[in-house]
Amino acid sequence: MAEGSIITEELRKLIGVTAGEPVTFKVEEGAIQRYAQAIGDPNPLYNDVEYAAKSRHGRLMCPPGFTGWPVKAGGVPMFELVEALVKAGAPPRLLDGGIEYEFLVPMGAGDVLTATTKVADIVEKEGKSGKFMLATIETTFVNQNGDVAVRALASFINR
Amino acid sequence: MAKQLCYEDVDVGAEVTPLAKIATTRMLVQWAGASGDFNPLHYDEDFAKSQGVGTPIVHGALKRAWLGQLMTGWVGEQGVLKKLFCQYRGMDYPRKMKTMEEPHGGETWWCKGKVSKKYEEGGEHLVECEIWVENGKGEKTTPGRALVALPLRSKG
Repeated sequence: MAEGSIITEELRKLIGVTAGEPVTFKVEEGAIQRYAQAIGDPNPLYNDVEYAAKSRHGRLMCPPGFTGWPVKAGGVPMFELVEALVKAGAPPRLLDGGIEYEFLVPMGAGDVLTATTKVADIVEKEGKSGKFMLATIETTFVNQNGDVAVRALASFINR
Repeated sequence: MAKQLCYEDVDVGAEVTPLAKIATTRMLVQWAGASGDFNPLHYDEDFAKSQGVGTPIVHGALKRAWLGQLMTGWVGEQGVLKKLFCQYRGMDYPRKMKTMEEPHGGETWWCKGKVSKKYEEGGEHLVECEIWVENGKGEKTTPGRALVALPLRSKG
């Protein structure tokens, strides 16, 4: 096995790099309803405008994950970041490490969200079959009040 | 609406009310449109074959959305889903359509969960669950975790 770190200098430089420009989009009622219908989720908070208006939220709310996988966050090209990692010397075998959403502020119809995707961290780990690289790509969705509404952390393992 | 679930109602080891799902080719097209994920891997037979998965596969994000429904449905309107994590471990293949509305017979997926921890933090009553989507053979193709905050029944 090679001595030293598998995190090359080029890889280290990618930490903090963002994927393209931030993307801003407005959450529309129809988009929420179509999303809920596609899941098959009958929750009236996502489907029934009148019901939602009378709820404690006062409007249609977004189902969890409405903002999408970071790659689809209004077109933020997350895969470009993943490709950049490989070009910078990451081990070529890419495995999905899963994705974690943190829901910090409820989102609903009328919100204006700005999504920014960046390489949050690249670390080396030691597993049963040797060293591997764990990259965390973070997408934050900031609402019109400047609050982070959702943080999505996608992990990629390169062996 | 169903009765509100409260912090006192759940113990470690308790089951999250399971949710049955049937993925169909029609549903995948609907999901593609609603989510904006137009990867042909999920609706084009030839493309799916060229990518080595055989036939079109269910979107990972759709399975994750099912897990979101599992949890938000369970915690009810006064509960709050704070974190949701999942991993795509296995591919799932949708049922094909028999009529415009009805799929052929076949697999039914189950979204399930179990309470792994409950604790108080920062004035919140939190419950952590192991969650997963299992296929018709009982294999956990999409394992994950969720963290929810529940209201207190005893709160005056």
